[in-house]
Amino acid sequence: MDESPLLELRNLSTHYISQGGSRVVRAVDDVSLSLRAGETLGIVGESGSGKSTLALSMMRVLPPAARITNGQLLLNGEDLVPKSDDEMRHIRGKQIAMILQDPMASLNPLFTIGDQVGEPLRLHEGASRRSAWERAIGLLKAVRIPSPETRVKQYPHEMSGGMRQRIVGAIGISCEPRLLIADEPTTSLDLTIQAQYLKLLRDLQAEHNLGLIFITHNLGIVARMCDQLAVMYAGRIVETGPVSDVFNRPAHPYTAALLRSIPRMTQARERLTAIEGQPPDPSTLPPGCAFAGRCPSAFDRCRREAPPVMDVAPGRNARCWLVEDQAVPVATRGAA
Amino acid sequence: MKHYIARRAGYSLLSLILLSLTIFLFIRLTGDPTALLTEPGASEEDIAAIQAKFGLDQPLWIQYGVFMGSLLRGDLGDSFYYQTPVLDLYLSRLPNSLILAVSAMAFSLLLGIPSGILAAVKVGKFWDNAGKLFALLGLSLPSFLVGLLMILLFSVYLEWLPSSGSGGILHLLMPAFALGWYFAAAHMRLTRSSMLEVMGSEYIKLARLKGLSETGVIAKHAFKNALIPVVTLAGINLINMINVAVVVETVFAWPGIGRLLYEGVSFRDFPVVQGVVLIGGAMIVVVNLLVDIIYAIIDPRIRLEK
Repeated sequence: MDESPLLELRNLSTHYISQGGSRVVRAVDDVSLSLRAGETLGIVGESGSGKSTLALSMMRVLPPAARITNGQLLLNGEDLVPKSDDEMRHIRGKQIAMILQDPMASLNPLFTIGDQVGEPLRLHEGASRRSAWERAIGLLKAVRIPSPETRVKQYPHEMSGGMRQRIVGAIGISCEPRLLIADEPTTSLDLTIQAQYLKLLRDLQAEHNLGLIFITHNLGIVARMCDQLAVMYAGRIVETGPVSDVFNRPAHPYTAALLRSIPRMTQARERLTAIEGQPPDPSTLPPGCAFAGRCPSAFDRCRREAPPVMDVAPGRNARCWLVEDQAVPVATRGAA
Repeated sequence: MKHYIARRAGYSLLSLILLSLTIFLFIRLTGDPTALLTEPGASEEDIAAIQAKFGLDQPLWIQYGVFMGSLLRGDLGDSFYYQTPVLDLYLSRLPNSLILAVSAMAFSLLLGIPSGILAAVKVGKFWDNAGKLFALLGLSLPSFLVGLLMILLFSVYLEWLPSSGSGGILHLLMPAFALGWYFAAAHMRLTRSSMLEVMGSEYIKLARLKGLSETGVIAKHAFKNALIPVVTLAGINLINMINVAVVVETVFAWPGIGRLLYEGVSFRDFPVVQGVVLIGGAMIVVVNLLVDIIYAIIDPRIRLEK
């Protein structure tokens, strides 16, 4: 396998800056990640932890108030942060594609499916209307839409939610991108459709050797889909590593708490554990670790000083003072 | 569906009957038309003869019955002043009103839609604020004032445009502007808010993610979607324009339906006022009925409600 990463984020920060600059929300703060071709990275975190802003930063389509304030965003070793809007347009949809959360709202109600699926081809590859239309039929077939020849002529309101999400997927892979970012693509689908869709994404990934970033708050999906896991809390990546290692031996107390909050078939009688307290207001983060206020293992230093990224094992790291001193036992799962 | 249409049509008919009664009674509050139709110092017999001729000597409920009876035969009665059928008068003035309304509508859309889009795209910036000021002035300055100011500027000081009457395109410019002014502001505001809503939608985000340029996103994906409510409003406004042009047509002496109504009121020409108001009301009622029915066809939730 090619060892150089497809995508590498180095200390990337994206801040929302209010008019006049009086309020700064550090939605994404000092994030470093890497992903190889053919690999799947899961990014998990609760609502408001900065997952979606991170995804939009990678696409460089941030809302006007948000700005990448620091760091590098390397795609095949090339930094995308200094690129102009014009240059980014040729990368977006062509080299990196993204699937949005809401399939019901992601398609334009006034254009046919064929028009919308073929649009990136016409845009990036100069395909003619006719050939884009032909290839749109092929793409619908690839995402397993029955009778694609009739479906291309239809409008979004004539499709079910699951079908629309497949179409959004077809738009994503239309120009054979290297990297596909899926932002909670299955939250609005029911469970059977969800399973089908995840299988489809995996098949597409294998077929095209895609780098896949899966943004979700569903740890079950991470376990099924991902090779690598990054846990996000208050704009920062608090722990990364191979999924099985992180699941078996979480290094950060937040990860451990998240894992304890998953319902399990085998332990039907056990009560679910919720994490005490609320995530901090991202515009007024505490000076120390953002999780310190809710952390059962927090000590003085946690409240004073924010922990840097520390290695846990090769390929694994966490932002936690507990990791620094290996004598302190790493928090283990299911202590109760 | 049939029940729904029948019920809506019933309501529409009821509104028109109430309108006919209201206008019939209220126009009679303006006074006795015979005073304006006879010379000062006319004899009692002459006045009585005129009153008898127009049926004004009958009790009100008989007058109303006669009016409604001929209305059912499609007859709006004869004008007291012109001595010709009201319908003929109306139809002879209608082309002028249509020309004025269509030009005012074209002006209001040509100004309102681009400025609304500009304001939405540059939200919070200079053009948005300029647009807000325009909307404020457009919606709050009455059209008679706009008309008078224009006459003062373009006819009196600059002597570029004729101040009144109809004829060439020059006669049309100022009335169309004065009438379209308010609607331009209304269309601008609706375009802006509808555009803002569309620009925040997920499919616009997806269009950007596809790699479309911002111009492409606005021109292809946003514009068409944002236009839908504006077109709906413009259709209804066209009917409104024909009917609310009274002030503008009076200020510019434009020989349209609005001016006919104004003349009717000032001469106490009851059949003219009744006819113009009823036809205008009928247009609005019919348009609303059609809109209700079309919505019911589009949206099954409306159709099913009891």
